[in-house]
Amino acid sequence: MSTRLAEGGRLIDRSQAVKFTFNGKHFKGFAGDTLASALLANDQMMVGRSFKYHRPRGVVAAGAEEPNALVNLGKGGTFEPNQRATTTEVFDGLAATSQNHWPSLEFDVGAINTYLARFLPAGFYYKMFIHPRPFWKYIYEPFIRQSAGLGKAPKDRDADTYEHFHAFVDVLVIGGGIAGLAAAREAGRAGARVMLIEQTADWGGRAVVDGVKLGGKDAGVWVKDTLQELETMPNVDLRRRTMGAGVYDHGYVLAYERLRDHVPEMDGPRHRLWRIRARRTITATGAIERPLSFAGNDVPGVLLASAVRDYLVNFGVSVGDRTVVVTNNDDAYRTALALHSHGLIVPAIVDARPQGGGELAAAAKAAGIRVANGMAVAVVKGGKRVTGVTLCLQAGEGAPLEEIACDCVAMSGGWSPVVHLWSHCGGKLSWDDDQAMFRPDAGRPPTGADGAPMVIAAGTANGHLATAGAVADGWAAGLAAAKAAGHAGKTGTAPKGEDAAAAAPLPVWLMPQGASYAKRSKAWLDFQNDVKVSDVQLAAQEGFESVEHAKRYTTLGMATDQGKLSNINGLATLSNALNVTIPQVGTTTFRPPYTPISMGAIAGVARDALFQPVRKTPIHDWHEANGADFEPVGQWRRPYAFPRKGESVHDAVMREVKNTRTNVGLLDASTLGKLVVTGPDAGRFLDMLYTNMISTLPVGKCRYGLMCNENGFLIDDGVVARIDEQTWLCHTTTGGAERIHGHMEDWLQCEWWDWKVYVANVTEQFAQIGVVGPKARDVLESLGGMDLSKEALPFMQWADGKIGEFDARVYRISFSGELSYEVAVPASQGRAFWDALLKAGEAHGIMPYGTECLHIMRAEKGFIMIGDETDGTVIPQDLNLGWAISKKKDDYLGKRAQERSHMTDPNRWKLVGLETLDGSVIPDGAYAIGDGVNANGQRNTQGRVTSTYFSPTLGKGIAMGLVLNGPDRMGEVIEFTKGKDVTVKARIVDQVFYDKAGEKQNA
Amino acid sequence: MPEATSALNGREASAGAITLRDAGLVGMITLRGNLASAKLKAAVKKAVGQAVPEVRRMAGGLEGGAGWMSPDELLLVTAHDKAAETVAALSAALKAEHHMAVNVSDARAVITLRGGHAAEVLAKLAPADLDPDLFPVGELRRTRLGQVAAAFWKSDEDTFHVICFRSVADYVFDLLEASAKAGPVGVF
Repeated sequence: MSTRLAEGGRLIDRSQAVKFTFNGKHFKGFAGDTLASALLANDQMMVGRSFKYHRPRGVVAAGAEEPNALVNLGKGGTFEPNQRATTTEVFDGLAATSQNHWPSLEFDVGAINTYLARFLPAGFYYKMFIHPRPFWKYIYEPFIRQSAGLGKAPKDRDADTYEHFHAFVDVLVIGGGIAGLAAAREAGRAGARVMLIEQTADWGGRAVVDGVKLGGKDAGVWVKDTLQELETMPNVDLRRRTMGAGVYDHGYVLAYERLRDHVPEMDGPRHRLWRIRARRTITATGAIERPLSFAGNDVPGVLLASAVRDYLVNFGVSVGDRTVVVTNNDDAYRTALALHSHGLIVPAIVDARPQGGGELAAAAKAAGIRVANGMAVAVVKGGKRVTGVTLCLQAGEGAPLEEIACDCVAMSGGWSPVVHLWSHCGGKLSWDDDQAMFRPDAGRPPTGADGAPMVIAAGTANGHLATAGAVADGWAAGLAAAKAAGHAGKTGTAPKGEDAAAAAPLPVWLMPQGASYAKRSKAWLDFQNDVKVSDVQLAAQEGFESVEHAKRYTTLGMATDQGKLSNINGLATLSNALNVTIPQVGTTTFRPPYTPISMGAIAGVARDALFQPVRKTPIHDWHEANGADFEPVGQWRRPYAFPRKGESVHDAVMREVKNTRTNVGLLDASTLGKLVVTGPDAGRFLDMLYTNMISTLPVGKCRYGLMCNENGFLIDDGVVARIDEQTWLCHTTTGGAERIHGHMEDWLQCEWWDWKVYVANVTEQFAQIGVVGPKARDVLESLGGMDLSKEALPFMQWADGKIGEFDARVYRISFSGELSYEVAVPASQGRAFWDALLKAGEAHGIMPYGTECLHIMRAEKGFIMIGDETDGTVIPQDLNLGWAISKKKDDYLGKRAQERSHMTDPNRWKLVGLETLDGSVIPDGAYAIGDGVNANGQRNTQGRVTSTYFSPTLGKGIAMGLVLNGPDRMGEVIEFTKGKDVTVKARIVDQVFYDKAGEKQNA
Repeated sequence: MPEATSALNGREASAGAITLRDAGLVGMITLRGNLASAKLKAAVKKAVGQAVPEVRRMAGGLEGGAGWMSPDELLLVTAHDKAAETVAALSAALKAEHHMAVNVSDARAVITLRGGHAAEVLAKLAPADLDPDLFPVGELRRTRLGQVAAAFWKSDEDTFHVICFRSVADYVFDLLEASAKAGPVGVF
């Protein structure tokens, strides 16, 4: 049974009891406990079930590597699944439930899977669910989805807030153990800006638990002294509960700070995502102990030896009264010695090494603990809890030699440096034969923009498993990083660590080495995903030789713990099965984040109203107050229509079109892009950008222009106005302003850098309002001011002046086919101008109109719309816009591309108008059906609809579309798809449905 | 004169030690040209009473300022009702040189951010190093806040002036307010 000892526990405060629940049961812990330690203190050994076989699972580790103890935390708006009990600090009122079981943790129906294990081998899903094909969609997938997944997805909105912070440092030290502390202190002394982060709530790491000595002092004292010095340094920022999540290019590092997971009643953001730029990053991330692969190593009560020690020393919790220690290295002897010194029983230390261990082994023997060298665990007894172990020879096949009763097994298969962060951005590893582990290869580090190493691994994470090497390496890393960042202040000397003389570890990848299939199929590699030694061997046998393939075939390391315990054991098993060396097999790819981080932290403040910026015109508030039905256009919100009380949106659109065509309409066109292009070479520049001539445009006049990219495809259109000798104002589409501005700057900066041209985006400087309709002039003239007569300001000209009191630039341009003035006033006067127009227009029946009315009117006139008639594959010639392509110019962007054979192919679909025979509206995007079928048995097509509307002006459905040889087929009737097996007949007609002569717009 | 309003129309907010305020209508001019030219230097001096600023610096402030925006671009700050005539004066003075002077007063919004941890409020949103040792008074950054382009300069130890596009003024104000409400980080 696991329990809290009467004394001890360096991290807990026994004066502060906290109450929490697990699966509804009430438990008591102490401040400073993790959920795992508190559960163990209450003899709650079983904490979940495994993913595939639903086997009982207990706590196996004491830190971030924990694969089993995953719980649902919280309720409602604070619910979160898959939280590791080992890294969750308990607080009063914490409510946790276990995962992946039904109906209960103790009795689980899915556990039947464990008896079916021999029918559920590696690759089972791939083999089983492929036949018969229809079963996948209707039977297999729903079933798998029902039983898959560990935690449940949250149902409520996240009640917490989150934020980001951008930090810039010379040296970022990740990991607050002795190596990290030594590194931070030395870099701090040298004068560097340092940030030191530690993922747990506690500084010092393993050294303090293990009670090693540094410079003659206890590690705990050394850590305290070092921290004190660090705290006095203004150039050092210390952050606990902050995990280095990922290392990216150019010294960019993400860190994840958990601000109030442990004090939920506190105000402020729950998590903070640190976006750090570091000149140098030191990864002092320690090492993770490996399990040993023996039969029954997944039974609750089998833990990592270091975890047993952690629970004992940090939390005063004994996992069992009788603990058998099984190891291949000296470090696990510390666990035996610690247990022994706390008065607990260690019936035996099972050391797989025939010659046994070094000084620590001698100390264990001296303490009277039985040490069995050359021995192994044949099998663990027990189901939901360890009851004993059977021993055998490591060298043999597992013939039982003796049984030892125990309620805890502490295993150690050696240590693996945490190389994740080193590897994220390309740092390479080398295999250390002596210590049987991968370690960072300092000769192949991740490099920064300067080509120099940007990450320095330090301490245990760099393969220095012993105290002296680890702390000296941390110190050296701190110095080197500060120096590389340009700081060489006065520093100290390397701290001296002390170690007991150790015997070499023995690589043990299977216990016993000749274990039978029955044993191998009960020897777990990945506890969470239920991958056993036999599964990896089967994968190898079936040809999955690449470690990446074997991983995906078996799901080894694919669980939420990302194989922190299983990877090395798994690939060693694979290398044995393939009979190649471990470095030949290599590792799978380490990807960020190191452990899962919350979605909230990734979003930061960008949620709800701040999820995305919403761009508003100067008249937006009026639109909102007057019931506009908005639609997004880029990040703008534009009124789609202005439905009146009791009126449908469709009816509003019809009304707006009719009113604009008969009286006068008002359009907020402020979103239209406006780019000022000026300079001695501006005309030449615009001639290159537009397909037509812009340089010849006289001052005071406007011209419609098309813009293509260098591949010939149409990317934007709009009216260009010549402002003065050297200056043009280019209108772009609403969505195109920033893109076309960037396009212009790209060509100016990268290609034509010696041309004297400046471009400015003045889109938002102006409120631009379209006054459109037969009575437009009357409305404007009633305000007084400049002469807007046909003679003074004919179609396609512009003029500056005053309208009423307003500073106005008036363009006589029309996208509707009506008499139309687009009036630009300074944005600060925009709202006042809109109000003035509405008032002046009252007598003339003025009504605001939205984007749908605009679309219908332009379609009635046969005007194209970028994004409707174009989709990135359309050239102006497809749209019969040859008239807007200059034949005189030597060059323009896209000219050469438009001469390529595919672009001049007479079979390219071309734009035509379409009129349904029955007056209905063709569905948007509908295809014109052609003769026969293609190679896939699908009907051939001969065109598609690009714009389609009900025209209130004509009282019927009209459309534009791209049709094979369309312009040559006027009057022909073709069929368009309209849902399954239904078609609609339409006649090919001229695309201009309304006022082809242009009398209205020229009026 | 017709009624002219700023995008934020006088909006104010406070959160903890931080206050946010619409700076109202501000005259702003984008001036592009050869920043080393004597004529341009003289024209800038005459227009806003400031010398051409050093890289990433703001000379002066709301009452008359010149901010460095790029190797060939300055942001000139003046009274809102002076902007148009200042543009005309600049254009006249620089007639013989390749340049661009445009009035962008109404294309922007200006927010005054004040309070002890104002720099931290910005550092939550902008990928800029706001350490007071490296971002002293008079420093200017052209950067982003959240998902939009923005610039800010430090007017005094705990005051920043933030410039963004007019259309996203509400978004930027809301962002700053939310970040101020979340409290200090304790870095600077």
